[in-house]
Amino acid sequence: MAESTELRTGVVADPKKPVAEKEPLFGKKEKILITDPLLDNNPITIQVLGVCSALAVTSLVYPSLVMAVAVVFVCAFSSLLTSLMRNIIPKAVRLIVQLVIIATLVTLVNEALKVLAFPVYKQLSVYIGLIITNCIVMGRLEAFAMANKPWRAFLDGVGNGLGYGLILVAVGVVRELFGKGSLFAGSPIAMNIIGPSGDTTQYWINTAADSGIGSFFGWYANNNLMVLPAAAMFVIAVFIWIQRSYNSKLVDVS
Amino acid sequence: MSTKYIYTFGVIMTVVVALLLAGFRTVTAEAAARNEDIFNKREILATLAEPLAEAGSPIETLTDAEVLAIFDEQVEQIVVNPAGEQVADVEFSAIDLAKEYKKPEAQRLYPINIFNIDGERYYVFSVRGNGLWDAIWGNIALASDLNTVTGASFDHAGETPGLGAEIKDNAGWKSQFKGKKIYNGDEFVSILVRKGGAIDQEHEVDGLSGATVTADGVTKMLYNGLKAYQPFIEEQRAEAGATSMNLK
Repeated sequence: MAESTELRTGVVADPKKPVAEKEPLFGKKEKILITDPLLDNNPITIQVLGVCSALAVTSLVYPSLVMAVAVVFVCAFSSLLTSLMRNIIPKAVRLIVQLVIIATLVTLVNEALKVLAFPVYKQLSVYIGLIITNCIVMGRLEAFAMANKPWRAFLDGVGNGLGYGLILVAVGVVRELFGKGSLFAGSPIAMNIIGPSGDTTQYWINTAADSGIGSFFGWYANNNLMVLPAAAMFVIAVFIWIQRSYNSKLVDVS
Repeated sequence: MSTKYIYTFGVIMTVVVALLLAGFRTVTAEAAARNEDIFNKREILATLAEPLAEAGSPIETLTDAEVLAIFDEQVEQIVVNPAGEQVADVEFSAIDLAKEYKKPEAQRLYPINIFNIDGERYYVFSVRGNGLWDAIWGNIALASDLNTVTGASFDHAGETPGLGAEIKDNAGWKSQFKGKKIYNGDEFVSILVRKGGAIDQEHEVDGLSGATVTADGVTKMLYNGLKAYQPFIEEQRAEAGATSMNLK
């Protein structure tokens, strides 16, 4: 409603001037940029980008979460920078330029972490390098940021980073819970959910207990397959299956 | 767009990015080096968690200043050669194990941190080896009998998180090293990381599922690494043994 009033008053105030359609800063189109990659155009389950890192880092939730945050950051700002430079980047070398932008951002994040939070840097050093080769970042620069205005490119970057992160964390939860019986291991809020309690670790559901809830889970053992990278294949495949059975538009009928 | 434009763009981009990164790195280098030093010292202290906690300074609560203070006051840092003799003319801080391991074996120098906690001596040895993807390294602390392990800490350059990286992140796995013995009688056996679970409780620890290559790397690293210190260890043991034999 506010939008149309604004347009109308604009017409009344200066009838001679052609009305440039004023785009709101965060309207419907911008909202779609964020929400679409979360579900219907998810980078992992629909575009099948960034699967390599999704297999590698999802055996624990905490690293998945951190990787997700880092990718949102790199994806958003590299999209912004690429979009700002899109008219001066020579088309013949655009991929190299995009790669330089991503690598510069990633290196800056890496160096900044060394100063600000060294233990976090130690935890992440492996993933940070992985971001440079993450297909999502470059895919979005090539497909969207090179042809759109900075603000929208930035939102597209955030959206795709979040869509990637959502799947990453979801896969991480399944793999860590069934593979190790814990959640968020290695972070300040580490939780031991299920397993036999010993001298060093106590679990919420103690499968070695003689009474209580734990006694019903005496048969339970961690699934070591979930620890291996191959498990992410199955888990992502199940996500894709569920998603497509809910939304038949996504099914490829060819 | 002309070729000239592409070249100009490329050159300007390269110069700008290079200056930006080099400048940023120069500005932050000192703080980063300090952070790394403290991180490594904490890793060394982590091998002595139990004696430190008993002495009233558990490692979780130590501030950066306290970590540095422990290293100033309670540690004797020595450098030994492969024959186990102390080398006096080399600064401890000049030893970089990664570089030492590239030298021929006879020329290598090894660092030892000797702690004095509540009157007890603890020896922390630094070792280095290879994991699945890249280098791994670690510290292993022996009690004053130079046989019983007080604790171990490991780090890696690029092991897979959740699999090989568990050697650093999995506190439960690391805690198994406490109380193991590196000698079987008088024979040096080191500690074996056994796939499928430890059989000999005195000299073996459980493997890590999904990380067999890294775990084998740890076994090799501990064996070769501690073997390099063996002359020093045996000399110290002989001295300690001589005292006890005199008592007989």
